[in-house]
Amino acid sequence: MRPGGFRLGLAIAATHLASRRRQTVMSLLGVMLGVAFFLAVSALMRGSERDFIERLINSQPHVMVSDEFRLPPLQPARQLHPRAAVALSNVKPSSEVRGIRGYKQKMELIAAMPGVRVAPVLSGQVILTFAGKDHGVLMNGVVPKLMSGVSDIEDKIVAGSLEALDANPNGIIIGEALIGKLGVKMGGNVTISSPGGQIRTMKIVGLFSTGATAIDEGQAYVLLKRAQAILNRPDRANRLIMQLDDPYRAREIAAEIEQRIAYRTQSWQETSENITAVLVIRNIIMYSVVSAILVVASFGIYNVISTVVMEKRRDIAILKAIGFHTDDVRRIFLFEGMAIGAMGSVVGVGFGLVLMLILGRVEITLPGTTTLVNLPLYWGFDQMVLAAAFAILSAAGAAYFPARRAAMLQPVDILRGQT
Amino acid sequence: MSEVLRAEGLTRILPGAVPVTLVRDISLSIDHGEFVMIMGPSGSGKSSLLYLLGLLDAPTAGKVWLDGRDTSAFGEDELAELRLASLGFVFQFHFLLAEFSVLDNVLLPMHRLGSLPEEGRHARARQLLADLGLADQIHRRPDQLSGGQRQRVAIARAMANDPLVIMADEPTGNLDTASSRNVRDILSDFARNRGKTVLAVTHDPDFAQAGDRLIRLVDGRIASDGDTGTPDAAGMQLPTPPP
Ligand SMILES: Nc1ncnc2c1ncn2[C@@H]1O[C@H](COP(=O)(O)OP(=O)(O)OP(=O)(O)O)[C@@H](O)[C@H]1O
Ligand SMILES: [Mg+2]
Repeated sequence: MRPGGFRLGLAIAATHLASRRRQTVMSLLGVMLGVAFFLAVSALMRGSERDFIERLINSQPHVMVSDEFRLPPLQPARQLHPRAAVALSNVKPSSEVRGIRGYKQKMELIAAMPGVRVAPVLSGQVILTFAGKDHGVLMNGVVPKLMSGVSDIEDKIVAGSLEALDANPNGIIIGEALIGKLGVKMGGNVTISSPGGQIRTMKIVGLFSTGATAIDEGQAYVLLKRAQAILNRPDRANRLIMQLDDPYRAREIAAEIEQRIAYRTQSWQETSENITAVLVIRNIIMYSVVSAILVVASFGIYNVISTVVMEKRRDIAILKAIGFHTDDVRRIFLFEGMAIGAMGSVVGVGFGLVLMLILGRVEITLPGTTTLVNLPLYWGFDQMVLAAAFAILSAAGAAYFPARRAAMLQPVDILRGQT
Repeated sequence: MSEVLRAEGLTRILPGAVPVTLVRDISLSIDHGEFVMIMGPSGSGKSSLLYLLGLLDAPTAGKVWLDGRDTSAFGEDELAELRLASLGFVFQFHFLLAEFSVLDNVLLPMHRLGSLPEEGRHARARQLLADLGLADQIHRRPDQLSGGQRQRVAIARAMANDPLVIMADEPTGNLDTASSRNVRDILSDFARNRGKTVLAVTHDPDFAQAGDRLIRLVDGRIASDGDTGTPDAAGMQLPTPPP
């Protein structure tokens, strides 16, 4: 349409909508509600997703090197004859002390990478005994100074401190929950026995509480050196755990480390892959549901425009007789649909923001906690653009069919019926 | 005199279980500046012929030439473009857009064609409406006008893009005697003084007298084609047309 004609199309479209004011307003309301709910639900879902991922990132090492390989080492015979068909039976795996060999050099290598903090851990199952009561825990041997750089364990300590381990090499930090279970007190002594038969008496120098029972009752911290002695694995660590300035670079950093040191290195994304897959499914479900609202709203648009096309058959005939092209006519009705979509979007984004403000004030207590938290909301602009774009597109889609019918109308058919 | 409109062997049959023949084998030639009247009994195919000549309907057989151009191979949009620039229509029932003012109705084809600058369009629309005695009505809506006034608005709109041919289908069919005369005078002024070609269908013998040529249709065929000055203009007799 030429410049003059473009405005003309808009003007005609406006008169059509004005002539069906009530229906137009109803379909506008439909789009508005659709866009508003789209926004509110999207803000909630994405807000909670971010919140969840943040917790996920904070609750585990961003990157972790473990004492295993992704591929089993090649047997000497295979190394000798890489292309031969070799069948070996009764192979005895070489037995050696488990753990990351030369972990100190490997740590230095990792610590040299910018934005990466690393700490060694040696973990192993031991039995805690106090007053005849036994309790199995995972004992983590750590270097307190390094550990506080890579985890939030310090924040979880409710009595004593991580550094107390440095002061007392026979110190141990256990979960607050175990106090009740074993009947021991802060500062008391517990006996540790390892599967290898080592038995030691340790003094409780700290208590932690994470809120997760499995951790609070199932883990304990000692000095790395002590753990190496108890587990009989001198100079070994079985995990190197890392925290990054930018947790979202974990994947590439993990790949780089694994390539350099060969030990299996996992990013938090890899560790949480099935959880994030659930998030993707959740997003698909959410967007289908809120989009369905907009699809329903577009039926309203289809209705108005169909009615207008029916009512304005004479006008369409005269426009085409005068010399309007099929495209010109189609555009008039597409304009009408998109105008409803666009106006509905503007009002809908406004109403959606109001809904978000209300939702943002809702306070809930999460199960297992006593603190009030606000619903996590995502305020991003992109979801408003997405909602509006989807509304306008589905409006145009709804208008398309009546618009095409109008465009294909032959003026002579109407003239024949009239004169 | 040069030819502006020509038809050869025009036949239009509406397909269907029982096909209806609207016009059959019509050939004619119309020159620039002619004022041609088309008469005939109801159902004789006058409107149908006008739609074919006006490129609103496609013939089943035969061709139409407009200003020397064979229109038979033109697509829908090319035909629309020709109608916009070269033809003007006035229908029996005015067919104005009810939501637009008189002025905007006349501006419609000019905006679509866009050959004049914006101010030029307004000046021309006002001039046309003033010429038709509607200077005071330009901001009114069509439903605030009398039938005769509306028909004059439709004429102004038909004239808007300065067409080669104006086609009017019973433009006075619904009007009283005074309004009919007014419309007749306007159309003959276009033909006589402005060099427009005017093609008008009418049932009114008085109106038919204003033309300088009369084509009579019977059963979708041309029964006669000649001067209006002859007595058959009043529908008395059919002279045999020269082949
Ligand atoms: N849609 C249609 N379906 C079937 N027959 C039709 C249709 N339109 C017109 N006709 C027939 O075609 C013939 C020609 O109609 P047309 O309207 O051209 O006549 P007319 O001379 O203009 O008549 P009038 O003076 O009443 O306007 C008539 O017999 C009419 O009944
Ligand atoms: Mg007719």
